[in-house]
Amino acid sequence: MNKLKMAASALALCAMAVPASAEDVKIGVISILEGAFAALGQDGIRGAELAVLETGGEVDGNKIEVITMSSDASPDSAVNAARKLIEQDGVDIIVGPLSGSEGLALRDLSKSYPGVTFLNGSSAAQDTTLRDSSDNFYRFGGDGAQWMVGVGDYAFNDMGYKSVAVIAEDYSFPYTQVLGFMTEFCEAGGKVPEKFWTPIGNKDYSSVVYSIPQDVDALFVALGGADAVNFLTQYSQAGGDKPIIGGSITIDQSILDSKGPFKKLLVGAPAGTPTVGDYDGDEWKAFTASYTEAFPDGFSAPSIFAHHYYMSAKAAMLALDEVDGDLSDNQAAFRAALNDLTFTTPTGGTMRLDKNRNGVIDNFVTEVYEREDGTLGNRVVKVVRDVDQLLGQDEEAFLASGPVSRDNPSCP
Amino acid sequence: MKQALTLVPLLILPFVLNDFWLTQVATRSLILGIMALSLSFLATYLGVVSFAQATMAGMAGYTIAFFGPNSVGIGVQLPFWVSIPLALTLAVVSGGLIGLIARRSRGIYAIMITLAIGVAFFYFTRQNYALFNGWTGFSGVRAPQIAGLSLRDPLPLYLLSLGVAALALALVSGFVRSPLGLTIQAVRDAPGRVLALGISVTTPIVAAFAFSGLLAGAGGILNVWYQERISSFSVGLGPIIDILIISVIGGLRHPGGAFVGAVVFVLLDTFAVDLIDRERFNTLIGVVLLLIVIVAPGGLQQLASDWMARLRRPEAPKKSTV
Amino acid sequence: MTLFLIVTLNGLTLAALYFLAASGFSLIFGLMRTVNMAHGALLLLGGYVGYSIVDVTGSWGLGVIGGGLAAGLAGAIVQAGILGWMQGDELRQTLASIAISIIMADLMLWYWGGLTYQVELPDALAGGQRLPVLGVGYANIRLALMGFALVVGIGLWFLIQRTRFGAVIRAGVDDQDMLRALGYPINRIFVVVFALGGMLAGMAGVVAASALSIAPGTDLQFLLSSLVVVIVGGMGSIGGAALGALLVGLAEQYGLAYAPTYGVVFTFAIMVLVLAVRPQGLLGKAEQ
Repeated sequence: MNKLKMAASALALCAMAVPASAEDVKIGVISILEGAFAALGQDGIRGAELAVLETGGEVDGNKIEVITMSSDASPDSAVNAARKLIEQDGVDIIVGPLSGSEGLALRDLSKSYPGVTFLNGSSAAQDTTLRDSSDNFYRFGGDGAQWMVGVGDYAFNDMGYKSVAVIAEDYSFPYTQVLGFMTEFCEAGGKVPEKFWTPIGNKDYSSVVYSIPQDVDALFVALGGADAVNFLTQYSQAGGDKPIIGGSITIDQSILDSKGPFKKLLVGAPAGTPTVGDYDGDEWKAFTASYTEAFPDGFSAPSIFAHHYYMSAKAAMLALDEVDGDLSDNQAAFRAALNDLTFTTPTGGTMRLDKNRNGVIDNFVTEVYEREDGTLGNRVVKVVRDVDQLLGQDEEAFLASGPVSRDNPSCP
Repeated sequence: MKQALTLVPLLILPFVLNDFWLTQVATRSLILGIMALSLSFLATYLGVVSFAQATMAGMAGYTIAFFGPNSVGIGVQLPFWVSIPLALTLAVVSGGLIGLIARRSRGIYAIMITLAIGVAFFYFTRQNYALFNGWTGFSGVRAPQIAGLSLRDPLPLYLLSLGVAALALALVSGFVRSPLGLTIQAVRDAPGRVLALGISVTTPIVAAFAFSGLLAGAGGILNVWYQERISSFSVGLGPIIDILIISVIGGLRHPGGAFVGAVVFVLLDTFAVDLIDRERFNTLIGVVLLLIVIVAPGGLQQLASDWMARLRRPEAPKKSTV
Repeated sequence: MTLFLIVTLNGLTLAALYFLAASGFSLIFGLMRTVNMAHGALLLLGGYVGYSIVDVTGSWGLGVIGGGLAAGLAGAIVQAGILGWMQGDELRQTLASIAISIIMADLMLWYWGGLTYQVELPDALAGGQRLPVLGVGYANIRLALMGFALVVGIGLWFLIQRTRFGAVIRAGVDDQDMLRALGYPINRIFVVVFALGGMLAGMAGVVAASALSIAPGTDLQFLLSSLVVVIVGGMGSIGGAALGALLVGLAEQYGLAYAPTYGVVFTFAIMVLVLAVRPQGLLGKAEQ
């Protein structure tokens, strides 16, 4: 929090040099700053702050003011936070939220506030932009399916897995991740004979472990946090030896940094993600350097949350610059600028939006490796550029297959 | 009527508050207060602390979402003059059912069985997609339009919530004076004697729970209009504990205290972020709750009236609060 | 058929863990009529402290003892400092312990962060072995759980039924005033009982952190499971807690294996069902 205050006072200092005639642009940032996600949510705020800091705290003489609000991962709390930012603090732009259900809630809320522009943080539900999209809700990033692109293909062709069982939490984000994986994997000729949907927060997976068919080549595991740790531990204790394929939050750095012996299982496991801390692209190194400089007590590299909040705030800064801070007429010019915006992302690709205002992104296939100091990291084995929300398919066919669910998609 | 007098400043509020304060603070307090009232009613007159009030409110809320306009494409759209009575009916029925299940449990056991019901309902809504749309729940729920005026607009929603709150309080005070209400209090005080008189204790207990379901349901309908959404999160442990905290802050043994507790809770929830580090918000809530349990077991309402009484009669003996 | 047997075994081992976790809760409730809603927080505290100790010393045994002592101390402070002043007022104690659990959970999150922790097992317990009849690999720690549960169960029964201290506690439950008149420091005895209950919770926390893992939210999960276990079995009865743990553990594993969608609902449905028919629990004595 001190850091926030420092950043804020740095902004204030910058602002003093600005002529008094300038108009303020208020940006509200919503992230999860309480509960188990607090550390990660804070990193999202850092990302948004970083984009503002890069502009020196003002765009074309318009001072940028950042106001943060916390949600608690529930959609209701995200909506309350957004309403407070809009009605009490009078923000022009909202950056956030962090998680999928919150994103859907803010998408719906945005329809009631046509005068405010919503830029998604890191929430990755598919329907936020794909179905029932909102004219003033933008996502400069991908959904959970986009984040798996490249993995199904890699698993089938490079790893030679023909048949994979799925173990995933029973809610919308994992459904979407499974879609991203299976779309490619099934198209390549792979089979997914069985899917195990487990309740989120399940502790004891032992009965799932023993139900996994013996004739599959690998397991696709889309579990997050403690759930992933529990499953992987119990699987190894029971003598399980199938290779693991990870979802975007199964093998992220926070899991690799978690304490415990389960980690040995993961070395060599591929996963899909839009953010890789150790990526050695030039843009990413520069991004990491400025992140570390601005936030010495942040993580060792920007997390997926810092990365995505950064891209959204960055888009807002660029579009504001293009229209000279003009937010009149329900932000019409600003939104037109957002719609046509292209910029180079920290991963080196070109960010642009599709017609539903969803990002066309870079995605990585990664692999867990052991660093020299014995800690684990993810390294990039493949970069897939220009991944769109339709996963390269025909729009009509893609929409016709219906929303993701426990049974959709299917290729037993 | 002293109670009617307190309505006057509440009717002036819309003229002095901006939309944010009116909706996010005043209306939200009223809605949470109505839900908490359903708990205070049971605690005061039946002597049972129920953790299942969020479940009854959720039944009504889900009914409105399922049978009304929503953006998830689940459910059947009915006109609001059908869906509202239906929602209230289901809330009353669920309240009655919970009462029937918990009829033989008292004190701490009643807390546990209602908690189990609440948690079971929460998991059920999270897992069931056909009726409750699982984890994601319903979004895009719209309040009815009457003569082109949306009930979700700040002023109509505030006045409606105020009206419902006043009606709920009036209903409670009328109900507890009715023969059934008196029987309920007799069951609280001496269930054995009620049985000895040849009166079944089941009927009064089920009636009390059903009535609390009516109150919770009314709050649940307003809440789903206010939030414009409902999901498994709305009936989970969070809201269950929130309703309890509100009732305790206000005073579990004072129906009116529910609204005092709701105002304090909403102010804390909305503005604690400006006072302290948001990361430690739960510590603040916990400390406030603990202090109230220790210092003012009768809640803020009781504390205030004790002070008033002491101001008037300095030598007044301290009343036992338990 | 093999799967059914394995799932049953899983249910038994999970039941052992649930029994360990619930034993302290059952002890405190049975003897003092206090529903300690901070039980899960004590368990989590023990788990975290145990992790830190194992991390530094490398000794699993020390971790279990240290986690137990830390949670026992916290339990004693809670009883002596707050709950003891409300003895006899169940509702107030319940509410106060809810407040304490909220505060403790938040402070632990502050100190240990949101990461998932797993305690490293000693070599004897790590890994697994092939089960003779079923022919599948099985984790050693899970088999050991049943042993732990048996030891704790018998130990508790012995303490309460066969020792002088146990006799004093039982007398205190039946007639506090008489015991006080006889010169026993009843308040101090209750603090000791609370410390004992906290210690059991803390040790269970370290075991849970070894067999599964701990993270924020683990406190609520084990609080709920302990509530269900103890209430279904009958509050305050050690045998009841064992029976409750068996029911819950088996229901959870059968649910996960055969009806994953609604498996989580089963546990609570069982509790509702039992309480509706027998409000005092399966083996509980009816309240007066």
